Amino acid sequence: MGLLDKEFSDGNIVIARVDDLMNWARLSSIWQLGFGLACCAIEMMATSASHYDFDRFGVIPRNTPRQSDAIIISGTVTLKMAIRIKRLYEQMPDPKYIISMGSCANCGGPYWEHGYHVLKGIDRVIPVDVYVPGCPPRPEALLEGLLKLQEKIRNETLRIKSA
Amino acid sequence: MKNPEEIFEILKREFDETLLSIDNSAPTEPIINIAPIGIMKVSRFLRDTEELKFDSLMVLSGVDEANGIKIKDEDGVETITGGNLSVYYHLYSTTLRHKITLKVTTSRDDPQVESVESVWKCADWHEREAYDMFGIIFLNHPDLRRILMPYDWEAGYPLRKDYKNPEFYQGMKVPY
Repeated sequence: MGLLDKEFSDGNIVIARVDDLMNWARLSSIWQLGFGLACCAIEMMATSASHYDFDRFGVIPRNTPRQSDAIIISGTVTLKMAIRIKRLYEQMPDPKYIISMGSCANCGGPYWEHGYHVLKGIDRVIPVDVYVPGCPPRPEALLEGLLKLQEKIRNETLRIKSA
Repeated sequence: MKNPEEIFEILKREFDETLLSIDNSAPTEPIINIAPIGIMKVSRFLRDTEELKFDSLMVLSGVDEANGIKIKDEDGVETITGGNLSVYYHLYSTTLRHKITLKVTTSRDDPQVESVESVWKCADWHEREAYDMFGIIFLNHPDLRRILMPYDWEAGYPLRKDYKNPEFYQGMKVPY
């Protein structure tokens, strides 16, 4: 008969758990919101560029929160910006993930004491999945942060979302 | 090319003695003090006079002199009453290649200084910054809003020496 019947009779069927398939699909194409804040953003851009090539993990910048899966908070978050970040985060569709990149986004960094304008950690506003330490972190560190996030997504189930 | 003393002599010929004075004690170049009401007139003269031609305002910055009465309460929180706020103007002439520093001193309780936005356009944002950080009111400024801090920031002016940061801003905790 037709081509399809022949394909199926040859045993070209892959059996997988829905969880595994969903997780594999999600972790293999994490579209990040094109969003940079300070010197960490320079490292993030270097990670996206050809030498470190974020794209080999399926990470491409998407310039709308409505079609992105992750947001990398790459730099110093001022109180003024924190309100905007929260709004961007709320516009992203579920499931959504956050990588906090660098000391400033993690805990305020060098501005922890006298930074009257700095939010001391983005986790005061939105929930963070992976913290990447460094000031700024090298591209390798950000890549490892992404791998950690992929690891986290790999262990999710449809029933309970861990992140 | 003229040095600050020569520039001061030219200014003295043109303007009232009460409006300006020269301060030679600074370890830097001499600074010309100018009254808060009158800086616009002097600035325009400095820009337009053929032998001065100060066509560039390199920077305009606010300073809290913190020379008022300092009172410490039992928590160690210091408040300053009285004293002065200052505005410094660093001018440069790109054609004659000379520089001058102007200083305007105003009271800390009611800081009002004439705007020089109509003389050098770049003063617009510089004055907004000085307003944002020190609360100096620039008279006749076309758009005196905060420039760095959020528009709804109500905790005061961050670079004043007795500034106290708020506990919360829009539900976000501010201290570490």
